[in-house]
Amino acid sequence: MLEIKNLHVSVEDQEILKGLNLTVNKGEIHSIMGPNGSGKSTLAQVLAGRDTYEVTEGEIIFEGKDLLELSPEDRACEGIFMAFQYPVEIPGVANTYLLREALNSVRKYRGQEPLKHIEFAKYAKEKMKVMDISDNLLKRAVNQGFSGGEKKRNEIFQMQILEPKFAILDETDSGLDIDALKIVANGVNALRSPERAFVVITHYQRLLDYIVPDFVHVLVDGKIVKSGGKELALELEDKGYGWIEEEKTAANS
Amino acid sequence: MSITLSEKDNGYIEGFAGFEKNAPGYELGWLKSIREQAIAKFSELGFPTLQDEDWRFTNVAPIARSSFEILENGHDKVSASDLAPFQFEDTDVTELVFVNGRYSQELSTHSPLPKGVIVKNLAEAMVSEQEILQNNLAKYADFKEEAFTALNTAFMEDGGFVYIPKGAIVETPIHLLYISTDGDTASITNPRNLIIAENNSQANIIEHYASLADNVYLSNVVTEIVVGENSTIGHYMIELESKKAFNISTLRVQQARSSNIRSHSVLLGGSLVRNNVHPVLAGEGCDSLINGLYMSNHRQHMDNYMKVEHASPHCDSRQLYNGILDGRSRGVFHGRIIVHKDAQKTDAKQTNRNLILSDTAQIDTKPQLEIYADDVKCTHGATIGQIDENALFYLRSRGISEEASRDIIMHAFTNETLESMSVDSVKNYCYNLVTNWFEQRKQEQKV
Repeated sequence: MLEIKNLHVSVEDQEILKGLNLTVNKGEIHSIMGPNGSGKSTLAQVLAGRDTYEVTEGEIIFEGKDLLELSPEDRACEGIFMAFQYPVEIPGVANTYLLREALNSVRKYRGQEPLKHIEFAKYAKEKMKVMDISDNLLKRAVNQGFSGGEKKRNEIFQMQILEPKFAILDETDSGLDIDALKIVANGVNALRSPERAFVVITHYQRLLDYIVPDFVHVLVDGKIVKSGGKELALELEDKGYGWIEEEKTAANS
Repeated sequence: MSITLSEKDNGYIEGFAGFEKNAPGYELGWLKSIREQAIAKFSELGFPTLQDEDWRFTNVAPIARSSFEILENGHDKVSASDLAPFQFEDTDVTELVFVNGRYSQELSTHSPLPKGVIVKNLAEAMVSEQEILQNNLAKYADFKEEAFTALNTAFMEDGGFVYIPKGAIVETPIHLLYISTDGDTASITNPRNLIIAENNSQANIIEHYASLADNVYLSNVVTEIVVGENSTIGHYMIELESKKAFNISTLRVQQARSSNIRSHSVLLGGSLVRNNVHPVLAGEGCDSLINGLYMSNHRQHMDNYMKVEHASPHCDSRQLYNGILDGRSRGVFHGRIIVHKDAQKTDAKQTNRNLILSDTAQIDTKPQLEIYADDVKCTHGATIGQIDENALFYLRSRGISEEASRDIIMHAFTNETLESMSVDSVKNYCYNLVTNWFEQRKQEQKV
């Protein structure tokens, strides 16, 4: 479904990703872990199409299409979704308005009729329950004055509304208490299907108790240096990243 | 016979002599005295220059060097259908229409109003409401210090007169619609509005300045609003002058104890626009909401000068002015808050946000706090920026096109200042004005 080959990415002439390779197939959940500054968020932003990141080498193929050729909005319409690590506040734009506009943009791209207010309200209702989103939160301006937990739940709620094929979650679990974490994990698990894939970026193994990954990758200094099953996450939790970096140094010498 | 006013050859003084003889209310001694004091003050003050601190960012030389004619009459050129673009969706409305500064009875509409409410044109009120006028007219707007107010006071002939008696609640909006028509020469009007709201009353007044043509003229407006105790007045100023016109307007509000004023300005038209808003919170426990939106393009110049005066304890004022600037236009926001010695427990807040859409647009924003009391809360903040790239990316990452995302963000920015309007028909009208402004901008960009 998604194939990242030899991806090099720079920000302001500083290389962040240095030849990253990753293949994600339908139905899989991949987790990416790694120390601060290793390039995890960069990967998420590049997949979503942020233009402040310059791809200097490599390619990203999504369902046979060259993803790097597509605008952020076309990527979203093709079925890519990123849950932001730091969701953006947009004063004056009601949450529900954004959601309906977004859904209808995606529907239009797919040649479907836009949903009317009442149809949208019906469609959103079930999903609101799953994500514990109140009517009040829907009416408020996007992310404005939301608590940390509300922002993260709102991201996953947006994902539920848009039903993407491929989602990348950028530290959606950071800063959440256990109740909020469970809600977020439920939201992701509810969308799990053989047709859909996820990349879950996290700092903490804890999330992976609730969203069980098929693969765990360790990103260090712009490259994936180790991959394994879910037990790798436990090992990382236990031992930190130091031993991997040592292993890498040893292999290189 | 028409009268020409110009700075050359003492034109304003000579013009005044010709004007005064035939002006409405010329037989009223007190009014004659005010007009004569005002012209004397005007000739002493002259037009302000960039050396005046209050006019540092706005050069009125284009006005000073013009000569303006006081037009005879232009009513015949306007039909009821010409007014449609400037009317609200209400079925019940009280609408006074002024054509080139003078009241037109044929074009105006009167709906039933609560007992004792008076809505008429000022020239008529000079005949029938002399006592109220004598007690209030020119008592608040300072013609001794402000040149344009002096000019207006000397040459005032007509405008809106609204009197709301004690306890009266006026549900229908009161619309003062000023229409300019095409003329061969540059003309001047000095609309003068006086609104008196007695205790416990409520009303909404809309001042609306628009043009049917594309010509040069000066609208020099002064509005005085006297808000009685515990009264609530909504005030709207919608400025859609021709793109060559000058509009200088001064709103002076006098607030008694526990009164509430909600003022909204929407500035879209004109080449040179100055919007003075000056509430004095004179009684205890007043509330003042002063919101505005200015949207400029091409070479327009829009200056907002706020002077919020807290003179009594426990008053709250809130200012929110948002500006969108495109092309080579220039905006000014000068926000003064004056807290007098006795105005303890003042809570004053001022916010000015600007969205700059081109490299050549410019904004000067200047907060000015003068606080003489010691137990007060005053905050101010100003921002100037482009569209937030983070917000733009966020919306696009959800599938919304770049163009639509920009539209959403810009509309949201304008809505911030419009959503507090309490008269829905006027709010919707303003939403449409804003939408049209964006549409027109897009059309021009395509050319």
